[in-house]
Amino acid sequence: MANPQLNRNGELIHLLSTEGLPRDIVNHILDTAQTFVPLADRDIKKVPLLRGKSVFNLFFENSTRTRTTFEIAAKRLSADVFNLNINASSTAKGESLLDTIGNLSAMQADLFVVRHEASGAPHLIARHVAPHVHVVNAGDGRHAHPTQALLDMYTIRHFKKDFTNLTVAIVGDILHSRVARSDIHALTTLGVPEVRAIGPLTLLPGGLEQMGVRVFTDMRAGLKDVDVVIMLRLQNERMRGALLPSAHEYFKHYGLTHDKLALARPDAIVMHPGPMNRGVEIDSAVADSDRSVILNQVTFGIAVRMAVMSIVAGTQA
Amino acid sequence: MKLHIKGGRLIDPAGGVDAVRDLYIAAGRIVSVGTAPADFEANRTLDARGLAVLPGLVDLAARLREPGFEYRATLESEMRAALAGGITTLAQPPDTDPVLDEPGLVEMLKHRARQLNHAHLYPLGAMTVGLKGEVITEMAELTEAGCVAFSQADHPVADTNVMLRAMQYARTFGYVLWLRPQDPWLSRGGVAASGPYASRLGLSGVPEQAETIALHILFELQRMSGARIHLCRLSSAAGIELVRQARREGLPVTCDVSANHVHLTDLDIGYYDSNYRLEPPLRGQRDRDAIRAGLVDGTIDAICSDHTPVDDDGKLRPFAEAEPGATGLELLLSLTLKWADEAGLALSDALARVTSRPAAILESGAPALPPCGRLDAGAPADLCLVDLGARWRVGRDTLVSQSHHTPFVGMELPGRVRATLVGGRPAWEAAA
Repeated sequence: MANPQLNRNGELIHLLSTEGLPRDIVNHILDTAQTFVPLADRDIKKVPLLRGKSVFNLFFENSTRTRTTFEIAAKRLSADVFNLNINASSTAKGESLLDTIGNLSAMQADLFVVRHEASGAPHLIARHVAPHVHVVNAGDGRHAHPTQALLDMYTIRHFKKDFTNLTVAIVGDILHSRVARSDIHALTTLGVPEVRAIGPLTLLPGGLEQMGVRVFTDMRAGLKDVDVVIMLRLQNERMRGALLPSAHEYFKHYGLTHDKLALARPDAIVMHPGPMNRGVEIDSAVADSDRSVILNQVTFGIAVRMAVMSIVAGTQA
Repeated sequence: MKLHIKGGRLIDPAGGVDAVRDLYIAAGRIVSVGTAPADFEANRTLDARGLAVLPGLVDLAARLREPGFEYRATLESEMRAALAGGITTLAQPPDTDPVLDEPGLVEMLKHRARQLNHAHLYPLGAMTVGLKGEVITEMAELTEAGCVAFSQADHPVADTNVMLRAMQYARTFGYVLWLRPQDPWLSRGGVAASGPYASRLGLSGVPEQAETIALHILFELQRMSGARIHLCRLSSAAGIELVRQARREGLPVTCDVSANHVHLTDLDIGYYDSNYRLEPPLRGQRDRDAIRAGLVDGTIDAICSDHTPVDDDGKLRPFAEAEPGATGLELLLSLTLKWADEAGLALSDALARVTSRPAAILESGAPALPPCGRLDAGAPADLCLVDLGARWRVGRDTLVSQSHHTPFVGMELPGRVRATLVGGRPAWEAAA
């Protein structure tokens, strides 16, 4: 089956998932992002790569942070940006997803940035848009959040240089996390020899071993000698439905404290896709410490999203 | 009207026949096989040379979408699709809108079907009012109105006490309960089989234990009540093994699988192809192999189409939001032939799974039904003429059903029905 995010020449036309993304494309995105990072410190922060192009941010699910960074990234590429919170408008009126896309395509959209609560929604959109229109997945259900994973890879590369000698632990609600899935695929693609998932069995999906992941239920054992700790956000609704008894008990066993972090390598970095629940998955003392690179992730995120948008928009289907 | 079907290869699994034989039909029934009765003068002779003559197929699960969902498909369009697929007898689950839980509704549906004068339509009555799993329906009244068995469609009963009472009540009158084993809690929200592929795609899973736990409960309640059960659309290797043990123990149980599950696995979902969004979800290679083995060793009695027409609006959605189901009436025969070919089975043995065996299941709970799924002297002349060598491509232009959503769209399949007869009347003929 053809990989729907690549064209016949193996070039990136949509970014839907980090699974099946060739290593040279990942490196190309990271290298391109690196050229955009210094822009942030310039007086004029814009480049004209997407001048005259229309980027539509289609957020079917609430998000402030991701939408804002995509908006900043598109504007720095000189695109015209339109933000649509679809929750509030068309789906409430019963319009189907593809009708919404059809209407916006008629407004000469060049690139859709899509967040949707259903896994696979960006694939559906990518299958139905005109050949010159590009789709970037900004998070679909539990499936994928590829730009988050790429900015995580950028951050790791920035601080650790080489992927091939690292141990990376992802901690928390892996079951519901699109960030975890995308990180796992990106890390294994880049040659990280050991990827660990840490969490209670209620929050670990089946099939992790097949993705090349070592599973730990004991956080202390799982953090032993790791180079990178990626903490995941714990949604409040997980307290319902018998997945967890309480935030308090969760923090006690799976919250990141300095005490637990001491088991990792002394130079281990701490990452989090945000927004953080302080005192639930991460202790404030860790989040605000010099081990935390959480704010660097946000800054790099803009450059990585610029790289992704400029690369896909520059490729012909 | 007297009809002579000449020179065809007659395959009648019920009678163990697979040979070139002529059929002689009068007054809607087969009057002789092989040799012409004395003084037989045909009004019409059908040249069946080069074709197979099969009993009309018996499909144990076909949703025709009436009443209530006529925008997706109508009784007329889907009954025509049945004939185009060589199906002359079909059972419709009760999950219509309104639900088939009142005799008046069943009579109306039977009346509509009779007016259309196509295939024989046998409704399954709802086992509980509104399929809510709380109060059992007037099963005797519903039977008088035309129901052949009772079912919960895709709405499993959670309350084991209600399930037990329904079994005891059905047993009282000798009715059969047709149930799809699925634990309502473990399957809640699930859209794909639990496993590595669903995890990768980020889709909520239904574990195989949703099927096996439900089977354990049903078998225990059967041991208490002695009720006869037909299990619908099994999906897992572990489930099939439990059925095998139950049959060995002597529990009165039969079962079917959908034709889709004989051929497909969850990997075929690919990149979220919503045509593969089915209920129950497709499982792994091991499960598909077990389904095939169960069909061969007789643990599984029948293959059904599980025909569920879904329109574009229902399918052009993200996978988890898409409506489950696929059109199937016109694929049942071809998918059975494909399986027979791949498994190296004698045609007669394979076709028994869509003719004589499902017919026996229908008749076990409704002995007054006219016989179906067989072609011996005295049986109603429900049959189809099939070009076994023809291949056809599944698509919008080749399907009669109002829905063209099936996992097999675009694929080439063996076997094409040339004509279908119901009660000796040519009810459908393929365009030349």
